[in-house]
Amino acid sequence: MSVLTYLIPISLFLGGFGLVAFFWTLRTRQYEDPKGDSERILSDEYDDHPKG
Amino acid sequence: MTVAPAANGLAPSAPQTGEAEHVSASACPACLAAPSAEALAKSGDLRGARIMLSLPTAHCAVCITDVERELSRQPGVRSARVNLTLKRVSIDAEPGVEAAPLVAALDGIGYEAYELDPGLLSATETDKRGRDLLMRIGVAGFAMMNIMLLSISVWSGAEDATRDMFHWISAAIALPTVVFAGQPFFASAWAGLRHGRVNMDVPISLALILASSISLYETAHHGHQAYFDAAVMLSFFLLVGRYLDYRTRAVARSAAEELAALEVPRATVLRDGAEVVVPVGELVPGDIIRVRPGGRIPADGTVTEGTSETDRSLLTGESLPVYAGPGVTLSAGEVNLTGPLTLRVTAAGKDSSLHRMADLVATAESAKTKYTSLAERAARAYSPLVHTLAFSSFLIWLWITGGDVRHAINIAAAVLIITCPCALGLAVPAVVTAASGRLFRKGLLIKDGTALERLAEVDTVVFDKTGTLTMGAPTPENLFDLTPAQFAIAAALAGASSHPLATALAAAAQARGIVPAALDDLREVPGYGVEGRLDGAILRLGRADWVGAEAGSVTATHLRIGAEAPVTLRFADSLRPGAEAAVTALLAQKKRVLLVSGDVEGAVAALARRLGIAEWHSGARPEEKAALVAEMTGAGARVLMVGDGLNDTAALASAHVSISPASALDAARTASDIVLLGQDLAPVADAVRISVQARRRIKQNFALSGLYNVVAVPIALVGLATPLAAALAMSASSITVSLNSLRLK
Repeated sequence: MSVLTYLIPISLFLGGFGLVAFFWTLRTRQYEDPKGDSERILSDEYDDHPKG
Repeated sequence: MTVAPAANGLAPSAPQTGEAEHVSASACPACLAAPSAEALAKSGDLRGARIMLSLPTAHCAVCITDVERELSRQPGVRSARVNLTLKRVSIDAEPGVEAAPLVAALDGIGYEAYELDPGLLSATETDKRGRDLLMRIGVAGFAMMNIMLLSISVWSGAEDATRDMFHWISAAIALPTVVFAGQPFFASAWAGLRHGRVNMDVPISLALILASSISLYETAHHGHQAYFDAAVMLSFFLLVGRYLDYRTRAVARSAAEELAALEVPRATVLRDGAEVVVPVGELVPGDIIRVRPGGRIPADGTVTEGTSETDRSLLTGESLPVYAGPGVTLSAGEVNLTGPLTLRVTAAGKDSSLHRMADLVATAESAKTKYTSLAERAARAYSPLVHTLAFSSFLIWLWITGGDVRHAINIAAAVLIITCPCALGLAVPAVVTAASGRLFRKGLLIKDGTALERLAEVDTVVFDKTGTLTMGAPTPENLFDLTPAQFAIAAALAGASSHPLATALAAAAQARGIVPAALDDLREVPGYGVEGRLDGAILRLGRADWVGAEAGSVTATHLRIGAEAPVTLRFADSLRPGAEAAVTALLAQKKRVLLVSGDVEGAVAALARRLGIAEWHSGARPEEKAALVAEMTGAGARVLMVGDGLNDTAALASAHVSISPASALDAARTASDIVLLGQDLAPVADAVRISVQARRRIKQNFALSGLYNVVAVPIALVGLATPLAAALAMSASSITVSLNSLRLK
């Protein structure tokens, strides 16, 4: 059972990583225009960074 | 010794920098001024104009790039960003940039755009609440998944030290989660308790707190069962219900705000001989205002110059235009039809007749008894029952075991968790979300959360005439009375005016391929009609008294050719598309349908007969409409009022539930529960049908979650409920309820 001492922290870390990523998407307002975002990827206008 | 060199080192450098500054300043005084001017411009930039435009036709990736590219090309525009979900574009521009040229530019590349008043779009506040709820859902979901993994190993037989360790890890995840994710419930429960009410959030909060603390106690004493997973899952499912509820409201609010923001109210004021455009709110009595033909009159006033006709159908329901000339008093909300008018404002803003009508609405609304929704009724029955059940099971087990408090509390907590209102919390929001999404696609905007439930109870439907069942746009009725020669002359006269009757006549002539006769001296006499000459004879088309004809009771215009007897052309309002279908469908649903209008008897009776409506009231004043609705409500009827005008506003507010078209006045839209977004009236009947179905689904959902409780509660009461059973019951009932809601057709 000593393997648990590695596995539990690893699983918690991975879960926590996902949670932090979710916070980041919220913070950067990625849920405000879901329809527009799905269409924007089809745009042929090349941009280095998303427009503000 | 160590300080001196440092001081020496600094000393020569100080005058140098001072000199450098001095030199640069003296060499170029403008350079010094420039940065400050730049800074000033920058700070002004921060306050720069933020313009919002509504883009109803945008729908694809190409639309986004087209609109954004075209707008960034316009002078003064810094950036533009399309939000396709809301069908809006927000433009960051330099101060002084107006919306009108941007709208014209978008029109040029084929996109309809309308200016929105950004002050009325309070998106940021609601966004924050939505993001907050989403974050709590995320945290609860993360915790739920991790604890569930740990719980599965406990259920499948982990023992002693391993089980204790898993319980401790679960506790470490669950306790902060419950504190964070449970806040909306704790806050609402506390607010309810402080006002002496026990709402649905009280048993929820109690279950969360009791489950967490009992599990912590059990873990510390090497107990077998911990309910951490149940506590976290409870908060997750309930938060999902809350979020659905919030989303429905937010979508409705944002659409309703957009309708209000579309009317940017402005008035043209004459100040020191110059025309200035100001917001309507800044008008004061004594101001001289100009109203162009086609414009809405912004404040009550007396005409000082010009003659015209006004359309007051939104205020009174009468479809006949009214003469306006010097000395005539006009009210805010009337539409100027033919000639430009100059008015002296007598009452503006809060004192205007528009706002006095709003007071009437407030009275009607306060008289309206507060509707108790199905969810509130369920909570009222549910909360005391659950509390009694849990408390009596505690007492009974205390008595059975002879004072084993730990065991008794365990049973009581199990009862609270098993009876968790997870499914109850999802029962209403899931159905309302599904139903309002469906209705939104049909062009109906549900503004109020309980509107669907109230709509389902309706047995009487009251329609307004002008602007609701009809478009408020006339079509000529008796063109066969005209000889081809007369028709050609009438078409020529009508073509010279923008009066609605004239444009309708000109359009009818064009549709029948009539070529307008060539006339001399064609001129419009604002407020009266159009005059022309043919071979020396005077030709007139217009008001009865001006033409020399007999004035009738229906909407009409009159044609006189020289000394011949005048011909009267009658007009009927064209029906709104879907009006016939809506009335027929409602009658088929065995509803009592009434037509109540402020218009004259002839016009109302004709329309009622045409649509097959058996009961009608004509010439009804606003108070009479409201009184009629109140009287029917008093007799036990549940009234649905459909109306658009200011004269309907009080009736809309006092009805059980109300619908108004998007073309209605802002006051009417505010007073009604549902807004019809399109032209078509047919969705009204659909809405009634869907609401009945939605109400049935809500009741089914309550029955389903009740059924789970009936099975699970006895198991909990006898002390056989394990955390596994609680988890199964909870998720199974929540999923069943959600699936049942999606069956809505």
